[in-house]
Order: sequence, then structure tokens, then C-alpha cells
Amino acid sequence: MNGDQAMRAHSATLPGPVFDDPAWVTPPPLARSTVAIVTSAALYAAGDEAFGAADAGYRLIERDRRDLVLGHWSPNFDRAGVAVDLNVVYPIDRLEELAAAGTIGAVAPRHVSFAGNQPDDVSTIRLDSGPAAAAALRADGVDVVILTPV
Amino acid sequence: MSVLAHVFEAAGIATVVLSSVREMAEKTAPPRALHCEFPLGRPLGRPGDAAFQHDVLARAFALLDSATGPVLVDHPEVIEADESPLACTLPPRFDPSLPPAVDEARGLRRAFDRSLARRGFTSVGRVIDADGVPGALAVLHAIAEGADWKDAGIPGGNTTAVCHDIRTYYEEAALELADGPVPGGRAVEDWYFDQTEAGATVLKARAAIRDGGGKFPVWFYMTPGQR
Repeated sequence: MNGDQAMRAHSATLPGPVFDDPAWVTPPPLARSTVAIVTSAALYAAGDEAFGAADAGYRLIERDRRDLVLGHWSPNFDRAGVAVDLNVVYPIDRLEELAAAGTIGAVAPRHVSFAGNQPDDVSTIRLDSGPAAAAALRADGVDVVILTPV
Repeated sequence: MSVLAHVFEAAGIATVVLSSVREMAEKTAPPRALHCEFPLGRPLGRPGDAAFQHDVLARAFALLDSATGPVLVDHPEVIEADESPLACTLPPRFDPSLPPAVDEARGLRRAFDRSLARRGFTSVGRVIDADGVPGALAVLHAIAEGADWKDAGIPGGNTTAVCHDIRTYYEEAALELADGPVPGGRAVEDWYFDQTEAGATVLKARAAIRDGGGKFPVWFYMTPGQR
């Protein structure tokens, strides 16, 4: 079993919260939607506050930043890909291209990063930091987010 | 990610998840998910391949057209992690009076510095900067050779953090040195742990801390779990 297979097998056994009455939002047409990225790669702009080992908070990333430090505490995933091309985790240049082509309405002015290594009950991101981050994006007029896991 | 999708949806934002563990997406059932069987750490699949990344995004955004959910669709391509080590030349032994990993880390400094100058930033720096890497390896070498890990002076007192910094220093230097296409998932990890003196030293120190009574979190996260 290679490293990815081992991690996937382990992750498949973790508890998955059940949402009994999940929300469903119908967004505006994509060509009129403002799109943001939400990643769990624990990326943060160089000079911003680093992620702690059990950090359940989030960092906002300005649209024009590309100097993003990898703050994830898990050693169990490839880090070379994002070192070579940020977009393989955080597809900000792809969104800019889609906006220029008119496929999406606009790129959001700020994007969001969490750490993927969360406590199993995920209570903080569910009840505190997650809603706060979502409110920040709503204030920026975001209609759609693409979530990228690490 | 699936939990965050529910949270953001409840706040009035439509969401699409790029799933990396299908069972988790099935359990947590985010409104819309595109499952991508790609190397972990590469949710868009292929670094340096804008066309492929656009394909992933197009398939993900297409799920926004669904009238009801949850929607869970598989990306048709599977990308396996490359388990063959990156081809990257290591510096020759220079100062035999030093532990091999310390000598090696010193020899990689120019490559690391070139990477830093080109990129303008580094992910080294959790508890040590590049200047601290040889000294940190000297501490891990001593632990591997039998020194008591509790008194060895682990920088920052945090094994996970210092091992992150050492590995990242090596990986950023290696990506500066290596020629050829972008390495596959796990190729740089395999190079570091299988071919470098630093990787071998970390593995030995980890085993020594484990055998010396260190608690699970102290030693386990020094390397990927399967090692």
C-alpha cells in the first residue's frame, strides 16, 4: 500500500458529520457569479500569522497574493506539486483566466484558507470559524466557492 | 472540506467540493462534489498543466447546474502517485568530521538560496530558518546515535515542526536542482526519505524517540505515517 492509499484508507474510517437538513443554494448563472476559493491546505500569505498545530481558524488571502506559505502540519501529502505550481491547490490563475474569458462573472477579492488537520468533531469550523469565513466572503459579494482539499 | 461546504451553503453561498476521499464525501454529503482520485496534495491533479486544471474546474462548475442534490460525480481520470524517487544529485561529502546529514544540508544551501531568490518566499520557518537546518540535523543525528531525546535540544521543542522545516528545505532545494518534468506525487518525498542522509537521520531519530518512550504525537508526525 503506498502513501496515498494508506492515507485514503485511514481517512475513510474517520467520522463524517451528518447534516440532517442541508442547505441548498441556487447561485446566479456562473457568468454572473463572483467565485472564491476555499482551501484546506493551510496556505497563508508570507508575513501573515502562521497556522498552529491544532489551528481551527482561517486566513483570508488577497486576490493578488501568490507568495503563499504552506502551513499544513500533516506530513502525509505531496508538497512538491504546490511548490512548483500554486494552482494545483489554489487555482487562482485559472479563475482569473475564466473571468477574463467571461466564463465566471468575477474573481473574489479575498479567498479563504483553513488547515485540513482538524479535530475529529470539527465543531469550531462548523460553528465558529467556518461561519465567520463565510460571512466575510458574503460581504465581498461571493456567490460560489470551489473547495480544494489538502 | 465537505463540512465547510455545508457551512458555506448555509450562509448563502453555493459550493462545489473537489473530493479527495470518496467515502468521506459519501458520509458527509456536501451539496455538490467532484471526486478526484489524484495524488493527495494535488486537488487540481497536474501541476503546470493549465488545460487539465481547467478541465477539473469545468467539470466542478458544471455541477452548479443540478437542480437538486447532493451530487457526487467522479472525475473520469485517475492519477496515481509516482512512487519512484526524484532524480536529484546530492552534494559530495565535503567535511568528513561532520555527521553526513549535516554535511549534506550545508552542501544544499546554495540551491535553497537560489529557490528563495527565485520564488521570493519559503515554507521553511516554522521553528528554524535555513541557517538552523544543519544544527537541527546534528541534534537528530545525536538522538539517532543514542542521545536522550528529552535533553537533546530539539529546536522549538517540537519534532513535527523541525522535521517539517528540514524536509521543506530539502524539497525546495531539490526542485531547484532537478531537471525534467514536474515530479509526480510522492516522488520528492521518496527522494528525501530513501536517498538523502537527512531523511535517513529523521527516520532513525523517530525510531529512537519511539523506542525511548516518546509519546505517539512526539514521534509519529516526524514523517508520513506509512514510514
